[in-house]
Amino acid sequence: MKTTQILIAGFGGQGVLFAGKFLAYKGLVQDKNVSWLPSYGPEMRGGTANCSIILSDMPVGSPIITNPDVLVAMNLPSLQKFVNDVVPGGQIFIDSTLIDAKVERDDVQVFYIPATQIAKDAGFSTLANMVLMGKVIKESGAVDFAGNKETLEKFIPAKKANLIDINCQALQTGYDFA
Amino acid sequence: MAERVLMKGNEAIAEAAIRAGCRHYFGYPITPQTEIAAYMAKKMPKIGGVFLQAESEVASINMVYGAAATGCRVMTSSSSPGISLKSEGLSYIAGSDVPALVVNVQRGGPGLGGIQPSQSDYFQATKGGGHGDYRMIVLAPASVQEMASLTIKGFNLADKYLMTSMILADGTIGQMMEPISFEDAEIETYEKPWALTGTECKRKHNIVNSLYLKPDELEVKNFERYERYKIVEENEPMWEEYMMEDAEICVVAFGIASRVAKNAVVAARAEGIKVGLIRPITLWPFPTKALRAAADKVKAFVSVELNMGQMIEDVRLATECKRPVSLCNRAGGMIPSPEQVLESIRKAQKGE
Repeated sequence: MKTTQILIAGFGGQGVLFAGKFLAYKGLVQDKNVSWLPSYGPEMRGGTANCSIILSDMPVGSPIITNPDVLVAMNLPSLQKFVNDVVPGGQIFIDSTLIDAKVERDDVQVFYIPATQIAKDAGFSTLANMVLMGKVIKESGAVDFAGNKETLEKFIPAKKANLIDINCQALQTGYDFA
Repeated sequence: MAERVLMKGNEAIAEAAIRAGCRHYFGYPITPQTEIAAYMAKKMPKIGGVFLQAESEVASINMVYGAAATGCRVMTSSSSPGISLKSEGLSYIAGSDVPALVVNVQRGGPGLGGIQPSQSDYFQATKGGGHGDYRMIVLAPASVQEMASLTIKGFNLADKYLMTSMILADGTIGQMMEPISFEDAEIETYEKPWALTGTECKRKHNIVNSLYLKPDELEVKNFERYERYKIVEENEPMWEEYMMEDAEICVVAFGIASRVAKNAVVAARAEGIKVGLIRPITLWPFPTKALRAAADKVKAFVSVELNMGQMIEDVRLATECKRPVSLCNRAGGMIPSPEQVLESIRKAQKGE
C-alpha cells in the first residue's frame, strides 16, 4: 500500500498544471486512486501556479496537500514557500537552471536538475516540466514509467498529437539524467 | 465496468446533466464554476440543446423558470454572489412548483468576497435565500463522482417533487480532477401534465404562476407544498457514516470539509480515539434521524465547516442539544488542515 503526495509549483506558463495532469493520468491508467487539485484564480494569470496530485492504492481522503512527499519547484518563490512543508524523508526536485539556491534541510533528498537547460539543448525548450517529471517518476516510484505514450494520448487533443513524441523524449531525458 | 475518466468536478456536473436529459442551460460566468458553462457551450450545440449566456444572473434564472414551466430539464450554475442575484427567481420557481436544477460552486463571502472555496452559503441554501416559505433539495457532493451522481439525482428529485434541487459544491470540488465513471446513471422520467406544452385545442390550458392575491388560496398552496416537503423529509435524507460503529466522538462535515475530516478521523483512530464521521449528503432534508441516533451513543459532536458555523445549528437541533457540539472552522476561502480537525477531536475527547 503506497500513497504519494506530490506538489508541483512554479510560474504560470511553465506547464505546472499540465505536468500534474500527466501524473494524474499515469495514475488513472495504472488503476490507482488519484486526485489533481490546481491553484486557481489570479495566480493562474501570470503569477505563481501550483497543483497537488495524490496517487494512492487506497481511496484518496483530502485532495489538499499540507505536507508533500514530493515537491517539484520550478522557481525560487515556490521553493521558498514550500520547502519546509515537505515531510522528513521526502524528495525535492529543483530546476537548477532557474533556481540558484540550495536546500538547507538535511532530512530530505534533493535533486538538482538543470531541466530548462536540458530541454533547451535537446530542442524542446518548453518541456522542462516533462524533463522533471521523468526524474520524479524514476526517483519517487509513484507510478511506473512505462506507457507514457498511451497516457499522453488520453488527454492531449488529436490536433496536438504531433507533440506526443517530443513529450515522451523529454520524459526519457529526465528519466536518464543522473 | 464503465471506463474511468479524469474530469474536473465542474465538468462532471455538466456531463451528468446532459446524460440526465438536460438540454437547456442558462448562465452567467463567475469563478469558480466557469467550466460548467464552458462545457455546456461546447457540447449543447452538438446535441441540439440550448446554451445561452444571459445578460445577467437575474435574466438567466428567469430563463430557467420559463423553460422549467414547459416541463423540460433545465439548469443554471453560478457561485455565491451570483446565487444571491438568482434568489428572487428561486422563490418564484418554488412558488410555481416547477422543477429545476441550480448549481452553487461556493466561494468566500459575504459581498464579492473572494474566489477560494467556502461553505458559507449553507444558510442561504437550506433556509431559503429568497423570500417566502419554501425549501430546496440541497445536495452536497464530496467527490467528483458525486458531482455527477448527485446532479442526476437532483434532476430526478426535482421532477419527482416539483422543486428546485441545488447542488451545493465548493471551489475545491469544482476545480479538482478525480477518476469518474458514469455507469450508475439512473435516469428517471416523470409525467408532467402541468407543463405548458401547447393545448393543441385538445385540453384545458395549464397555468404556471406564483401570484395568489386571495390569502385563503395562497394559504392552501403553502400548506399543500409543505405536505410535499414532509414526504421529502421522510424519504430522501442521504448521509454517509464512517467508523461510527463504536464511536464516542462524532464529526459532522459535508463536501470538501468531510474529506479533510476523514483524514483527521483516521489520524485520531491511530491515537486510539474512538471517533467517527457522519457526512450529510442532503443538507435539506437534513439527516436528522442519523444525528439523533448518534446522540444516544456518542459523548460529543464536532461540526467541521468552511464558514463561521452554520450547519452546527442543524446539528444542535437534530441532536436536541443532548450532547455538546463544538465548531472546527475556517472561513473566507481557507480550509482547515487535518491537524486542526484532529486537535478539535482531541479536545472533544477530553470534554473541553
